[in-house]
Amino acid sequence: MFAAGAAAGSPEMPQFRWENFTTENGLPDNHVFQIKVDGSQVWAATENGLALYRDGHWKVYGTQDGLAHRAVLSVDVDPRTGDVWAATMGGLSRFSAGRFDNYTQLNSGLPNDVVYGVAVQGDSVWVATAAGGARLDVKTGQWRHFNERNTPMYEIWTYGVSAGAEKVYYAVWGGGVLEYDVETGRWKDYNDPDGETEIVLLKDQGLIHEVTTSVSWAEKDHVLWVATYFGASRYDGRYWKNFMDKDSGLPSNFLNQVKAVDGNRAWFATDKGLAYYDGTNWSVYRPALDTKAPEMTVRDAQGKITRIEVTTAPSHNYILAVDFQGGDLWVATAHGVSHGIRLKQKETTK
Amino acid sequence: MRAASVVLGANAEERRVETRRRAQKCVRQVTLSFLASALWGFGPASVPPTPSPAYPSPIEIAVSANGSRLYVVCEGTDEVVEVDAAAGAVARRVRVGQHPKSVALSANGRQLYVANSWSDTVSVIDAASLKVVRELATGYEPNAAVADAEGRFLYVANRSGNDISVIDLERGVETKRLLAGRGAAYLELSADGRRVYCTHIYPLAGAFRSPNESEVTVIDTRRQVVVERERLENAAGIFHVASANGGRVAIAAEMRPKNLIPLAHVEHGWVIGNSLAVFGADIGEVVQVPIDELDRYYTPPFGLAVTPGNLQLFVSTTGSDSVTAIDLPKLLAYIRAATPEQRRLMANDLSASANYVSARIPVGRAPKGLALSPDGKRLYVANRTDDTISVIDTAAHRVTRTIGLGRAAAPTPERRGEGLFFSARFAFQGHFSCANCHIEGTIDGLAWDLEPDGFGVDIVENRLLEDIADTAPFKWNGSNPDLETECGPRTEKYFYRAQSYSPAELADIVSFVKSIPLRPNRYRRKDGELTAQQERGKAIFERGRSKNGAPIDDTNQCLGCHSGPHYTSQQLADVGTGKPTDRSPLVDVPQLTNVVLDAPYLHDGSARTLEEIWTVFNPHDRHGVTNDLSKDELNDLIEYLKTL
Repeated sequence: MFAAGAAAGSPEMPQFRWENFTTENGLPDNHVFQIKVDGSQVWAATENGLALYRDGHWKVYGTQDGLAHRAVLSVDVDPRTGDVWAATMGGLSRFSAGRFDNYTQLNSGLPNDVVYGVAVQGDSVWVATAAGGARLDVKTGQWRHFNERNTPMYEIWTYGVSAGAEKVYYAVWGGGVLEYDVETGRWKDYNDPDGETEIVLLKDQGLIHEVTTSVSWAEKDHVLWVATYFGASRYDGRYWKNFMDKDSGLPSNFLNQVKAVDGNRAWFATDKGLAYYDGTNWSVYRPALDTKAPEMTVRDAQGKITRIEVTTAPSHNYILAVDFQGGDLWVATAHGVSHGIRLKQKETTK
Repeated sequence: MRAASVVLGANAEERRVETRRRAQKCVRQVTLSFLASALWGFGPASVPPTPSPAYPSPIEIAVSANGSRLYVVCEGTDEVVEVDAAAGAVARRVRVGQHPKSVALSANGRQLYVANSWSDTVSVIDAASLKVVRELATGYEPNAAVADAEGRFLYVANRSGNDISVIDLERGVETKRLLAGRGAAYLELSADGRRVYCTHIYPLAGAFRSPNESEVTVIDTRRQVVVERERLENAAGIFHVASANGGRVAIAAEMRPKNLIPLAHVEHGWVIGNSLAVFGADIGEVVQVPIDELDRYYTPPFGLAVTPGNLQLFVSTTGSDSVTAIDLPKLLAYIRAATPEQRRLMANDLSASANYVSARIPVGRAPKGLALSPDGKRLYVANRTDDTISVIDTAAHRVTRTIGLGRAAAPTPERRGEGLFFSARFAFQGHFSCANCHIEGTIDGLAWDLEPDGFGVDIVENRLLEDIADTAPFKWNGSNPDLETECGPRTEKYFYRAQSYSPAELADIVSFVKSIPLRPNRYRRKDGELTAQQERGKAIFERGRSKNGAPIDDTNQCLGCHSGPHYTSQQLADVGTGKPTDRSPLVDVPQLTNVVLDAPYLHDGSARTLEEIWTVFNPHDRHGVTNDLSKDELNDLIEYLKTL
C-alpha cells in the first residue's frame, strides 16, 4: 500500500501519503493561497471563499455569508477564542461562531483593503496590506499603522507577517524584512547589505533578496526564516545563512512561503514543489515536473540526491503554503489542497 | 468639567465666541431657545447646580442559598445592600465601585460578584462578612458578571467594549476577551451549567435602513469560547435572559422596535413590540412571542425569573410598573403547537399573550431586576425609582410586602423626572417611555422615522442624552430650541399620542435629562494626557491649513462648528450630508462628547462608523477638509475624536 522506503544510504526524511482535495470534492476553488490548521480542522484561503475542512467535509463561506471578499489571501486563528481572521482582497474579516465582522479601509482603521497577511498574537491582530502594516488591538478597537512615515519601511507593499510574543516580522515585497520589538516598540529593517543590488552579493552576507514573500519567526530558538523570489534566508540574530537552488536542496529560488518548525528546520513552498530542510538534509515532494508522476527526492549534506519511491504527491508542484497538524502536513497549491499523512517508519520501510 | 474641555484651556470660551462669529455657513444664531423659554415660563439655566442627594436606585437582586438574605445592587449609591428577608429590613451595606449594574452569587454562595460599570471592575464580596475582598479588572463598562458552576471562570459582559471578559478566578486575571454583539449587557448561566448566555441592549451594526438584528451570544463553559450566536430578527434592546427546563430552554426579554416605518402608527401597535425570544433544544430555532395585549402594552420587558419546576416565568416591565406572570408550560406548549409559519409571525400577534400570560402584578415604580426565593414562593422585585423591593407571593400573584431601602427625604425635581423618564403611562395605551429608546439615558442604536411625513422622510439617528444641558437647540434639524419643547409638545404630538406631561412634570423631566451624567471616557489616558497618535489627531482637528498649505475656510475647519466644551457651535450647518428625503440639508451641529459611543453617525445614522463620516459621506470636503489626509492621518483624527 505504501510502497515507499528510504533508499539505502540516504538520510531518513519524513514521508507522506498524500490525499488531495479539489473542487471535485468540495473546495470552492482550486487556487488556494493559504492553509491554517486549527486543531482537528483546517481552514483554506481560496480564490473563491474561505473553506473549512471538518469531519471529512469542506464547508465554504463566501460573501453571501458575510465574508469581506471572495478572494482570501491569508488566514489565522486566535487559539484562545477560536475566532478566524481572514485577509482578503476586500478587507479583513473576523469570523466568530458563525458571524462575520468586516474591517475595510472605509469603515475602520484598516490601512488598505488588499490584505495579504494576517497574524494573531495575544490581543493584537497584525495585518500586512498593500499600504503598509497595521495592528488592531481587539480589546480597545484601536488601529496603529506602520508605514514609511513611522518605520524604516521604504516600500509599503507588505506581503506577509509573523507575530510572536517578543518580535513581529514583516515581509515587505521589495523592501526586505522589518522587525518590531514588542517590548521597546522599535523597528529595525533588514535589506540587501550593499544597498544597491537588491540581492546579496557575498554569500551569507545578509538577507538574500529584498523581494520577500514570507517570514516565519521561530521564537523559541530566536531564529527568523525568510522566503524570497530569489532564495531563502535564515537569521539567528547574528549570522545570516542563505539558501539557493544551486547550493542547497531547494527545488527553486522562487519561494511563496517558509514555515519554521524550529530554529533548524523549516518547510518551503516553492513553484517547483514542497521542500523540507532538517538542518542538514533536504527533501522535496511534488508531481514530477516532466511526467507528473509522484516524486520524492532526498539531498544529503554532500549534495547527493536520492529518489525515493512514492505513489502519491501533492496535487500540484506550485506550492503556496504549508501548515502542520501533528506530524501531518496540509498544503495549499495551485490546484487544490493536499493533506500529507505522515507515514510511520515501519510503513516507509516495508 | 471633563478633562477634554480642560485641554482646550483658558481660551476655550474665546474660541467658542470667535467660532460663532466666523461661522458663516451656520445660518442662524439660536435665539429661539430664549423666546421659547419665556413662553413656557422656564428661564435659562442660570442657577448653579447644587449637589443632588443620592437615591439608592435598586436595579438587581440576588438571594442567598438559604433565602434569608437579599443582596440588592443600588446603582445610585454605589453599594450593595443586604436585606434580612424575614424581617424585611436592611441589615448591612457595602460600598462597591461606581455605578454598579449587577450582582451574582457564586455557585457555593460564598462570593458576590458586582459589575461596576463606571470603574471597569468587578467587586468580589465575601457574602459572610459583606466585605469587598478583591477587585477584578474588566473591559469597558462591565454590565453583568456570572461565574461558572465550578467557580473557575467569571464571565463579564462589557457594554461599551462589545465583548465578554473571561477571568480566571484563581489567578484573578483576565485570560481572554470574547467577541459579543453591540452593548453586551446581561449574562445567565444555563441550568445545566454548560453554557453562558449574553444579551445585548443594542442591535448589531447593519446596513442603513435595514431590519434590526440582535443576538444572544452562547459560550461553552467547558472551553470558554463562543460556540453559537442565536439571531434575534427584528429585535433590538435585549435585556435579561433566563434558563429553564434543565438548560434545554432559554428565554430572553426583548423589544422589537418598528423603526423603519413612520411613528404615525402608535395607535396601531406598530412602534415597539414587547416580546420574549425563546430558543434551545426543546424549542429549536428562535421563536419570538409577545407579552403585550391588543390594547395595552407591557414595556420594556427587563428582568426574568423562572420558578423551580419551570412552572412560572416572571417578567418585569419597567415602564409599566408591573410584573407579568407567564404560565411557562402553556407558553412552551403554545410554541410547540405552532407551524413554522405561525412561529415566524407569532411576535406580531397581539392576541397571543392570552394563551400564556396568567397575571399582571402591579409593583413599585420602574421595576428592574427579579430574584426568587429558593422555594420559589416569593419573588423579589427591585423598584428602581422608588427605592423599594416588592415581595410577591408567586401563587397569589400579589405584592405582600414592600421593603424600603432608605432614601432621601423628598425627591428632587431631577428624581421626580427620572421616574417620569422610565414611565410608560403617558403614552397611548402605555406603549413606551423615554427609556425605551434612550436605554438607561443612552441610545438604542437605531435611526427612526419619527414624523407622519411619509415613509423614509427625515430619518433621525438617536443621540446620547449624556451631558446635553448646554447643547441647545435639539432635534436633528435644530427645530426644538430647548428641552422643554423637545420633551413637551414634540413628545406629546409625535410620540405619546396622548396627553402628556403637566407643566410641573415637564419641568421635572427636563431637569432629569439635563442631569444625566457623562460616562467616563475610556480612550483618554488616566492622567488626562493624549497619546502621540491622539496628539496628531488633535492637530488635524485644530488645523487651519490643508496639507498643501492652503488655508481652510474658517467655516470648514473642525473647530468652526465643533467648538466649546461640548464641541458644538449650537448652530445649524449644511455639511453635504443631507439626503433627498430630508426636508432641509441643514443639520444641528452635534456635540462630540463621548461620540465614540454614539454610532451610527450623521443626522440619519447613515454612517455606521466614525470613519465612514469622511470616507463615504464627505466626497467634496464640505464636512471639513479631509480628503487631503492619508489613511493613517484620518486614523489619528479618529483616535483623537474618541477621547472627546
